[in-house]
Amino acid sequence: MISSITLETGTGFWSPVLWIVAFVIALIIAYIIWALGESSYRKDTRQVKPYLSGNPEPAKGDVHVRAGNLYWGFTEALKGYYSRVVPLHTGILNDYVLWFLAVMALVLVIVGVV
Amino acid sequence: MNADLIIQNAPALLLAIPMLGAFTTPLIGKAGAAVRNLWVLLVMAATAVVAFLLAGEVLTAGTVIYTFGASAPGLTLPLDSGGIPIRIIFTVDAMSAFMAVFASIVGFAVMLYSITSQSRNSGQDGYYALLQLLMVGILGMVTTGDMFNFFVFLEINSLAGAALVAYRVDRGVAVEAGLKYAILSTLGGLLVLFAIALLYGQYDALNIAMIASRMQFSFLDKIALVMLFIALAMKSGAVPMHFWTPDAYSMAPSSITAILVVASQASLYGVFRIAFTLYGLTLDYATIGWIIIILGVLSMFVGVTMAIPQKDVKRLMAYHAVSQTGYMLLGVGVGLAVLGSPELMEQYGQVAMEGGIFHIINHAMYKGLLFLTAGAIFYQTGTRNLNKLGGLGHSMKLTMIFFIIGALAIAGIPPFNGFASKLMIYESVFLFNPILAIIAMVVSILTLASFVKVFHSIFMGPRLPEYGEVREVPLPMLVGMGILALLVVLFGVFPQQVVDILITPATTALIDQGGYIASVLGGAS
Repeated sequence: MISSITLETGTGFWSPVLWIVAFVIALIIAYIIWALGESSYRKDTRQVKPYLSGNPEPAKGDVHVRAGNLYWGFTEALKGYYSRVVPLHTGILNDYVLWFLAVMALVLVIVGVV
Repeated sequence: MNADLIIQNAPALLLAIPMLGAFTTPLIGKAGAAVRNLWVLLVMAATAVVAFLLAGEVLTAGTVIYTFGASAPGLTLPLDSGGIPIRIIFTVDAMSAFMAVFASIVGFAVMLYSITSQSRNSGQDGYYALLQLLMVGILGMVTTGDMFNFFVFLEINSLAGAALVAYRVDRGVAVEAGLKYAILSTLGGLLVLFAIALLYGQYDALNIAMIASRMQFSFLDKIALVMLFIALAMKSGAVPMHFWTPDAYSMAPSSITAILVVASQASLYGVFRIAFTLYGLTLDYATIGWIIIILGVLSMFVGVTMAIPQKDVKRLMAYHAVSQTGYMLLGVGVGLAVLGSPELMEQYGQVAMEGGIFHIINHAMYKGLLFLTAGAIFYQTGTRNLNKLGGLGHSMKLTMIFFIIGALAIAGIPPFNGFASKLMIYESVFLFNPILAIIAMVVSILTLASFVKVFHSIFMGPRLPEYGEVREVPLPMLVGMGILALLVVLFGVFPQQVVDILITPATTALIDQGGYIASVLGGAS
């Protein structure tokens, strides 16, 4: 039974059904912990209103963190890499063709020589 | 027409049905949009049924041979041909059947989705005709056993694909993307044709099995190999020949992008078929294997790192498509690199190939799903710009759930299908070269990071005033996404069944060059 739901990977195995069972058990435990917590929360009351140290709430569009603000640190840390790779994507068809032919020539040399 | 007759003629019907659909759709379109939509859905459903019947026959009775013009489908060698299979022969082994099955599933889901997603656009008769022609090209490439025929279907695939990329002719950039795709595809097609001419000049044959049986791996064969290999690798979007993919994938309608992923994988199938079946052990498998591995690693890393800073959701997903192609190249490349060693093949080579091939079908499902969710967002908001989107989780809950399923699958998070195939690749590739496996895992983490950004940008945050009126997409679009989402989950929860039924037979068929040749030539060589 277990073997029929277990993926053999050559050196290991993976049983998604058992993983799901474990995950559901973990969810149930989490739910029980949540249910034992504070019960005075009420939806659609003043409790859900944001409190910004007494300041008025900004417009909804202003508080959403946009995509351009995410992973700035990652791209900044790798700017040496990005400054070289991004400019290669010129959008010019001639460059695409040149890359294609250059790779073919390179592989031809490798296969022809080896 | 009884079931036996359908099964006997399944390879021909697999192409004849969508081809008939393509050429009759503009005519039937005169009767109204509803009739045409029903017709194209019936055509794709019938195509999928034939693909399943054909796959069932292949998996139970072995490779199916279909000789066009012969008195019986199995008569591959006419008496007066001098022992050369001169007719067009379709050779459908488990690998071909596997490709046909998943292509037709995605084709049907895309067709269903298109009924609504394209309903606001003009020129729908042409759209559906071209979509069916694209399916003809894909299915023909993966089932034919004839090199010249392969070229013809590659051209049908390319031309229909380029026309569909440029479908939104009112936007100059769409036409530009279509033109780029068309020119690069034509250049690739010309190289494929030239390579076929080189092979034909030496071996007096166009049949893959016949050429394979005579293959000498001469200098001309090496030139032909490189031309075929690089042209098809470019068509599958391998780095550094991937530049067309973000342009074409982002400009095509999302439904078309989902099927363009499958079209690219048909080219990937071509790379594998050329390497394993046409050349097999005659080629320098270690060198070619390592070239495929290097292209795979470059595709994985450059694809995902280029995806992270993108602001157009479809352009971002296109770079991820490049990255995921890298996994397939890596897995199958490792298998090719150790092809000459039965011991290493048994130890990890076959599992690596199975992982790579399993990833093909998984990728078609989850990437198709992700492109359809991107299309749903565009359908309701009119923008693909991540900097302008936000808060849609409040109003498009089902689309959000489908997106989460696709995003977790592509990032290799259990229990979805991407995890199963990636695990097979990680473990087997680790035995071949640990550094390659580590790179593959790092790329998965970056993929997850990238999709966390997309998820946050589109669905999280407060309900934005500009999208206050946005509602969930209509039912046909949800059903189209739902079919793919269901398969992503099922393939993830029951991976061993998929591997046993589809993947292992496909991998074994790909490795078994002798079996392929014998199925056509009847044991002659």
